[in-house]
Amino acid sequence: MAIANPCLPWLALLTVACLIWGLYLSLFASPADYQQSETVRIMYVHVPSAWMALFIYSVMAIASLVAVIWRHPLAEIAAQASAPIGAAFTFCALVTGSLWGKPMWGTWWVWDARLTSVLILFFIYLAHMALTSAFDDPARGRRAAAILCLVGFVNVPIIKFSVEWWNTLHQPASVLKLGGPSIHADMLWPLLIMALAFKLIYLCLLIVRMRNELMAARVRNLTAARARG
Amino acid sequence: MTIFWAIIRHELKLTARQPGDLLLIVSFFLLTTSLFPLAVGAEPNLLARIAPGIIWVTALLSVLLSLPRLWEPDYNDGSIEILMLSALPLELIVLAKVLVHWLLTALPLALLTPLVAVMFQLDIQALPLMVGSLLLGVAALSLLGSIGAALALGARSGTVLVALISLPLFIPILIFGVSIADMALMSLPSEGAFLILAALTLFALPVGILGTAWALRLAVSN
Repeated sequence: MAIANPCLPWLALLTVACLIWGLYLSLFASPADYQQSETVRIMYVHVPSAWMALFIYSVMAIASLVAVIWRHPLAEIAAQASAPIGAAFTFCALVTGSLWGKPMWGTWWVWDARLTSVLILFFIYLAHMALTSAFDDPARGRRAAAILCLVGFVNVPIIKFSVEWWNTLHQPASVLKLGGPSIHADMLWPLLIMALAFKLIYLCLLIVRMRNELMAARVRNLTAARARG
Repeated sequence: MTIFWAIIRHELKLTARQPGDLLLIVSFFLLTTSLFPLAVGAEPNLLARIAPGIIWVTALLSVLLSLPRLWEPDYNDGSIEILMLSALPLELIVLAKVLVHWLLTALPLALLTPLVAVMFQLDIQALPLMVGSLLLGVAALSLLGSIGAALALGARSGTVLVALISLPLFIPILIFGVSIADMALMSLPSEGAFLILAALTLFALPVGILGTAWALRLAVSN
């Protein structure tokens, strides 16, 4: 926290700059797709959101593993602070995907493997948040949620490979794959900048939320100490 | 191993003396399945097509309904701590309890399925697969649900929490469980779906046992 606190304003500034640059590139500077025309711009929000949904869950799973093995309190708090941000990104990916699906596939929603597994991920995020806050002792809730997070991690590889294992309407990966990305540089760069901006947003929010949680814990301890007299 | 069988005998004896919980599940299953023809219309073709899905969803909800009774009584009266002090590893205690839970939910549901299937005009050829998939799938549901039930011990609004934790984990079991009977209805080979369900159940075995044991240690240590 001693390092994180002075960094935060600069980090926030960098995030805003990155986001503005990424939005300019993706909304104005990048070309429209020859098939999808302007709707392709949804991709610059949808794909980074979906990456973040998986990335944040993986971070939570690693933090939970650290919390369960070494009982490190900061790891528990990191997992707790990440969950709502991850849920928000997952929701964002689902909504933008739905908005993109309507003009492209002709439907808001299909029950295929990718969409269903991401929906399950969203539910697991919600269950994680509910479990964390369900106990009178917050530490107990965080530990229980860590176990749930590790069990739910099974879903992450299923989401990642669902487009390859099953025949789905959702297109397979076109950036992270063997033999280099199959997407043109004019579209790849805005996408990567947006992904970086989303990562920075997560980092900023995570620092703020972890700081809040640590302060709340301190307040709880002080009130408990005062109540004891 | 004698402790293992003693726990199983004890649990079975408890249920035999107080069959209320069992009756609850059975009547819930019958009542809820009979709601569907009233709601979606009693057209025989439609009912025969959606019967596997309805039976599976209702079976899943019945399991969910019985989950809070899996660990909560032992936790509330403290006997879980006595069990943890016994010579048997906690993982095997979990296995014994989950085994009994599976016996007492999967068997009644499997026995009732032919009755419900007749009411829904389900093709008689799909019936053995339907019953088999339920017996296999409910084992996975018991194992995974046991984690949720153990995690929610001592929580506020525990029952809703158990549902919220368990349902996302149940979804894959439901998907492949239903697809077995669906494929049989369409006269397609259903071995593949059956093997996947078996694999999921085998996978749920260590995950469910270790996860539950972990959650129980956490619940008792606080």
